[in-house]
Amino acid sequence: MDLISPDLGLIVWQTIGFAILFLLLAKFAWKPILSALEERDGAIEASLNEAQKAKMEMANLVAENEKLLQEARIERDEILRSANEYAAKLMEDAKGEAASAGAKMIEEAKAVIETEKQAALTDVKIQVAEMSLLIAEKLMRQNLSSEPSQKKLVEEFVKDIKLN
Amino acid sequence: MFRKFIRLSFLVSVVLLAFSGSSVAASGEDEDKTGFIMHHIKDSHEWHFATIGHTHVTLPLPVIVYSADRGFEFFSSTSFVDPDTHHFGVEHAGYYIDDHDKLQVVDESRSFIDLSITKNVAMLFLVIGVTLYLMLGASSHYKKHPNSPPRGIASFVEPIVIFVRDEIALPNIGPRYKKFTPYLLSLFFFIWIGNLLGLLPGAANLTGNIAVTVTLAMITFFVTNLNGNRAYWKHVVATPGVPLPLLLIIVPVEIIGLFTKPFALTVRLFVAITAGHIVILSFIGLIFVFESYAVGVASTLMVVFINVIELLVATIQAYVFTLFSAMYIGAAVADHGHDH
Repeated sequence: MDLISPDLGLIVWQTIGFAILFLLLAKFAWKPILSALEERDGAIEASLNEAQKAKMEMANLVAENEKLLQEARIERDEILRSANEYAAKLMEDAKGEAASAGAKMIEEAKAVIETEKQAALTDVKIQVAEMSLLIAEKLMRQNLSSEPSQKKLVEEFVKDIKLN
Repeated sequence: MFRKFIRLSFLVSVVLLAFSGSSVAASGEDEDKTGFIMHHIKDSHEWHFATIGHTHVTLPLPVIVYSADRGFEFFSSTSFVDPDTHHFGVEHAGYYIDDHDKLQVVDESRSFIDLSITKNVAMLFLVIGVTLYLMLGASSHYKKHPNSPPRGIASFVEPIVIFVRDEIALPNIGPRYKKFTPYLLSLFFFIWIGNLLGLLPGAANLTGNIAVTVTLAMITFFVTNLNGNRAYWKHVVATPGVPLPLLLIIVPVEIIGLFTKPFALTVRLFVAITAGHIVILSFIGLIFVFESYAVGVASTLMVVFINVIELLVATIQAYVFTLFSAMYIGAAVADHGHDH
């Protein structure tokens, strides 16, 4: 029966002993240990967060680089395309210009030829007129009485004209 | 390995039988052969380690008595020992120690309080000393090297501290766990180290003593009820959502429940540890009852087996006591009680 009847003396000692143990442990063991653990947990969490942040930043950087590259590529393509286009247009233009210039030159040449032709014709006409006048004058001067002499004279003048 | 172990157990049982032979044969009674079991389980005014032949290896302990008329008195337990029989029984300064190892007064009219450093009190000091040594050693690491991985004792203590904090205090108490974690840690380590040291041969059965367990349970009881909030007390004295006639039954049950909690704590630890010690000692006692080498081998094997189980029980009981303390405290400080 005395196995299950608590001893007052032991209760007293146990109370005192456990109270002292608790006070000492709480002040000198649990407080530093728990605060150190908490601090370390905080430090670990902070560094994990930082690592996560760095990782994200890195990913952002990579993404940004990729974006920049992509943009550069697009720009390059754009430049190439526009350059090609421009070159094509330039060529087209040059071709057109050359053609039109040629046409214009031909046109001008034609016009010049025409003008020259007109001028020549006018000249011929003037000369013919002058010669006609001259023939007429000579005819009148030589006293053209006979028929054959008249014909001979005309043929002579015609021959002259041909020579011209 | 196993064969070596069998041989060793043979040897041990032979040696034990040889030493006990003379004393057991002299007494002859079966009760005397197993009497050491209850003697070990219970408290004593001296620390008896071994009996070799007729020489008792005993640590005498101070006897401290407080009485209203004479104040504090200090004696040595050897003053009460009969030099011939080596048993208690000698009268000294008006006191004697009876057959149950209890201090008694000769003059029955006087009342006194026995505050002796008994075997269990000495064991208590030892447990406190070991606990302090381990925990202060661990904490010095954190002071010297903050933010570095634990080394030495700290690496042994830290996982347990984290376990008590994260698996016992936090889930059962909730947001206010920080206030109670030091208490739960002290409780866990005191019971655990007490249980483990109690398993050593010659050690006292400290955590299997009902005075120790009842004290620890009452500390939990006071911590619980002194920190109980309005919701907790309302739940006890006027359980919300219960009709008035039922309250007449519920409230007494709730009030009894306040006391059954520490009672359950007291009995669980006391029974688990004491029963374990009795089982181990009974197997050893079998050797002396049967006085047979075969039983000696079998018993030794069983003792080793039970000892290993007791290591487990020592940890489980420390965990369970701490866990239930945390649950009781948690119920008392929870922000809102049960929703009925």
